[in-house]
Order: sequence, then structure tokens, then C-alpha cells
Amino acid sequence: MIQLAVEEVTLQFGGVVALRDVNLQVEQGAIHAIIGPNGAGKTSLLNCISRLYHPTQGRIFFEGRDLTTFHPHKIAELGIARSFQNIELFRGMTVLDNLMLGRHVHLRSGVLSGGFYWGKSQREEIAHRAIVEDIIDFLEIEAIRKKTVGTLAYGLQKRVELGRALALEPRLLLLDEPMAGMNVEEKEDMARFILDINEERGITVALIEHDMGVVMDISDEVTVLDFGQIIGQGTPEEVRSDPNVISAYLGEQEVTFRPI
Amino acid sequence: MQSGIFHASYQKDMAFRHTPAQFIRLGLVLAFALIFPFLANNYYLTLANQIGVAAIGAIGLNLLTGFTGQISLGQGAFMAVGAYSSGLMAARLGLPWFVTIPLACLITAMVGALFGVPSLRLKGLYLAIATLAAQQIIEWLITHWDALTGGVEALVVPAPTLFGSAINTDFRFYWIILICLIGTTLFASNLLRSKVGRAFVAIRDQDIAAEVMGVNLFRYKLTAFAVSSFFVGLSGALTAHYRTIISWERFTLETSILFLAMIIIGGLGSISGSIYGAAFMTLLPAILSNLGRGLEDFVPAMARLIPFLQQAAFGLVIILFLIFEPEGIAKLWRDVKDYFRLWPFSY
Repeated sequence: MIQLAVEEVTLQFGGVVALRDVNLQVEQGAIHAIIGPNGAGKTSLLNCISRLYHPTQGRIFFEGRDLTTFHPHKIAELGIARSFQNIELFRGMTVLDNLMLGRHVHLRSGVLSGGFYWGKSQREEIAHRAIVEDIIDFLEIEAIRKKTVGTLAYGLQKRVELGRALALEPRLLLLDEPMAGMNVEEKEDMARFILDINEERGITVALIEHDMGVVMDISDEVTVLDFGQIIGQGTPEEVRSDPNVISAYLGEQEVTFRPI
Repeated sequence: MQSGIFHASYQKDMAFRHTPAQFIRLGLVLAFALIFPFLANNYYLTLANQIGVAAIGAIGLNLLTGFTGQISLGQGAFMAVGAYSSGLMAARLGLPWFVTIPLACLITAMVGALFGVPSLRLKGLYLAIATLAAQQIIEWLITHWDALTGGVEALVVPAPTLFGSAINTDFRFYWIILICLIGTTLFASNLLRSKVGRAFVAIRDQDIAAEVMGVNLFRYKLTAFAVSSFFVGLSGALTAHYRTIISWERFTLETSILFLAMIIIGGLGSISGSIYGAAFMTLLPAILSNLGRGLEDFVPAMARLIPFLQQAAFGLVIILFLIFEPEGIAKLWRDVKDYFRLWPFSY
């Protein structure tokens, strides 16, 4: 089943065309990688899906609903979570609070019930804390749960950001370069988390990544963007041997991929 | 040595206080607050009441500026809305104070939310200028809408009464202020550990990420303005009934800046810091004028110099805090506690 369908999306900033007639379909339960050189429009595409940008033309359907008609904050309620290329965590909050904020759309308390913190509101906090603790266990960040996020190392911050997105309990997870700037062990950990999220929790993952080894290893489907246009699409094997992709993205010379 | 604080249930882990020492400290503070009015003379009671009223207003402003990151220069005007709406209802309609004060808080909350609308589009300094407009508009309305407010004339507010006796002394008013301050502190602290409070802080730290995680920015910014103004209105309404005579001069831009100084010195994003800041900024002028009076015998020119010295000290303190402890008195106090936790072997 197609979960996410990007149809004929064009995004223009004045005269600059960031995306041109992009068509993309993400299968439910798949790990779908979007690759391409810098400035190809990958992040712009993700921003269109999470409604930070409004496409000039075209529509985006998620489980049959047209995302372009929703406000940005409604996208989370529909079941789409994302992480950012440059970590966009709440730096002054603890890891726990960051993850609890991920539960925002599931929490019901308002100003009054929160301010008095009696009965129902307190029980709600505790119930959701248990869910968040599950995610903390899963991501192996128990030791830092009370630390302020701004003080954490880069690799851990990336993990916390993944945790915050998971706390939303999304059906589609958008990851913008989840492994950028990481060393090999950290990348292996992150790849393992992404695979587990996909298999155990059944969450569809759409990710942007530059590390070809990782992309070819974990993804079911790969889309290649260049200058705002899709130049190749298919399984990792198909994309790897696509002459368009090789010439446009990887250079004219023949390149061999080596998994890490 | 202590290696951390661990709990067996989430409820205990999410409580405000964890160790016996914290409960003892709270008990001591409360006991002091209860005994203090019986020991203090009128001068110290007046100071305590001023601190209490200022602390409520500072907590309100800190909710908006310290926690939600929306700078407001309209504090004075919002206090005026609280003071005038409560004062007018009491003076003109003869309503009792325990009705007018909550109503005044609600009115201020609505006015605050209205002037918070620009915050959807404006951030930082630009928003500060928009709230400055709120300050000027409200000030202008108070001084020019003679039929309602009495214009530049002072407004006389009847002293509050309870069970037939007038609450017209510092000693009696102390209890009202204490109850309001405790209520405000509890409500604000609870709010900040629940959904709405987390959304406030998320907006301050990274508004786009907050929106992507499902926080409705407009709604929560307006909520922040409303909740903040509610307590600022409470502070203004208490001022009106405590002073029993108010005029617009008490609620100018200078007041707004004084309150900003309170929360910067006390600690942005800290409830207890708001109280420390309010106490500090109320006590500083009092201490300086006492000091000046003491020095008058040696330096005759002192009496003339005191007002200038107060201004200079005010500016100096803000600069020193910004340089040496940008996180304010709340951080200083945390450092002291951390030091003594490991004392005498601090390694």
C-alpha cells in the first residue's frame, strides 16, 4: 500500500526552482532513502511534507489525505514525525522533557488541569512518562535522561532527536541525515535503531542520507534527486547500476560501493 | 558520598522535592513567613508586602519572557489594567474585593492575549516594540478616558473588608498577599511540569521544531500571554487594594523595565528566581536609602545624592549580573546548595 504520495510537486523561491515535478511514492512499512548531491532539494522535499514550505504546485497525500490543506502543527496529529539536519532540539530542556514534548499531541491536559496538577492530569503525566521511558530504554539513553540537552555530545543529541520523533508514535518517520557527522560506531548504532524502529514498531521511514554504504545496506527503495528533479528511482541495486545516477550523482567514472 | 537521587516510582521522580533536606528547607521558609509578621514592625511589613506583590508580577512576566521567550515591555500597562479594573469595580460598583480581584485578573488575561496577537509574526526585539505599543496605548487610554478612569486624577479604592473588619493594615494585608503568592507559585510550577508549560519552553527554545511536533504556536503564544497577564493583573489588583489610592504614574514604562530587571537578576526561566529578583529589587533602594541616612552625619551632601546613587546602583547591579551571573540569583543559590552538598570534601 502506498502511504505517502508526492504528486507533481514544484517548489519555487522567486526564480529559483528547488523542486520540479517531483513524484514520489513511499510504501507502507518500507525504508525509503532519498539521496542526491548538496542542494538537490532533498530537505526542501521533506519540508514540503512537514508543511514548513508550501509547494508552488502539486499535492502530497498521506494515507489518502492531502497534506497541503493542513496547518503545520496538524501534520504531527496525522502521524508524521521528523528529525532535522542540524539538530533542532529544545536545548534548555532535559532529555525527558524533550521526549515528553514529543507526546504533546497525545496529552489532554490544559492550563487549569496542568496548573492544579490534581488527579487526572498527574495520572496522565505518569502514564505518558512510562511510554517515554520505553523509548529511553530502546535508545539506550537511560543515563542521560535528566541531563539538559544543550550539554550533551553531538551523537547523543542526534539520538535524543530520534527519540523525540519516536515519542510522537508516528506511522511515518522522516529523518534528515540521521548519521551526519557521526563516527562508524555511532552510525552502526543509528542504523540498528532505524532497522528496529522499522521492523519492531512497523514505522515507515523516509530518510535523507549521504553515506552510500548505509543507504544501500538498509533501504528497500532509493530515490535520487539532482537539481530539484528525480533522476532515478528503484531498489538499491537498480539505482546503483542506473547510468543516469552514476553520471549525474556519482560522477562520470565507474564507482564501486562498499558497505561499511 | 551521594551518587544521585533515585526513585522507585515515576510519581516520586516527578515530585518537586526529593530529599528530607528539601522538605526541611521548605518548612523553615513557610515557618518564617508565618512568624515574620508577628515579629516585624510596620516598616519591614511594608517591605515584605511590596516584595510579595512584585514577586507575583515577576512570576507572571517570567512565564512569558523567561519561559516562553516572548519579550514584553507592556508589564506596567498590564498591571494598570488589573489595578484599574479591580479598583473601578470596587469603587464604582461597590463589589467586594474577593470578587473584583479575580475578575480583574480575567480581564487582564484577555487584554494580554489581545496584545499578544502580534507575537505570531514578530519575535525578539520586534515583539518588544509591539508590546511597547501596548504600554503606550493602555497608558494613553487611562489618562484620556476620563469618564471611566478619572483620567490623570488618582483613583481612590475602598479598603477591602472581610467579615465586617477592614483589611487596612500592613499586618492584615500581609496574609492576603502571602496566600496569593503561594497560589501563584504553585500554579506556575505545576503548569511548567505539564503539557502547556513544556510547550511554552519548547517555543522559547526552538519554535519550528515545536510546531513540527504538533504545538499550535499561535494558540500557545496567546495562552502564554493570557496566563502571564492573569498573574500580572493579580499583582496590579493587589497593588490597588493595598495602596487604596492609585494613579497611572505607578504603571509606566519604567515599571515594565523594573520588572524585566527583576527577572533578569533573579533568573530568567526560574520561578524561585522571580521571587529572589523581586526581593532584591525592592530591598536594594531601601538598603541604599538607609545607608545614605546613616552616612548623612559624615557626608552632609548624602541626602541630595541618594536618588542618584539609587539609579546608579540599579544600573550597576544589572550590568554586574549580566557579566558575572547571567542566570541570576537562582543560579547563585543553586551553586551554594551544590557546594554544601559535597561540603567539606568538595571533590
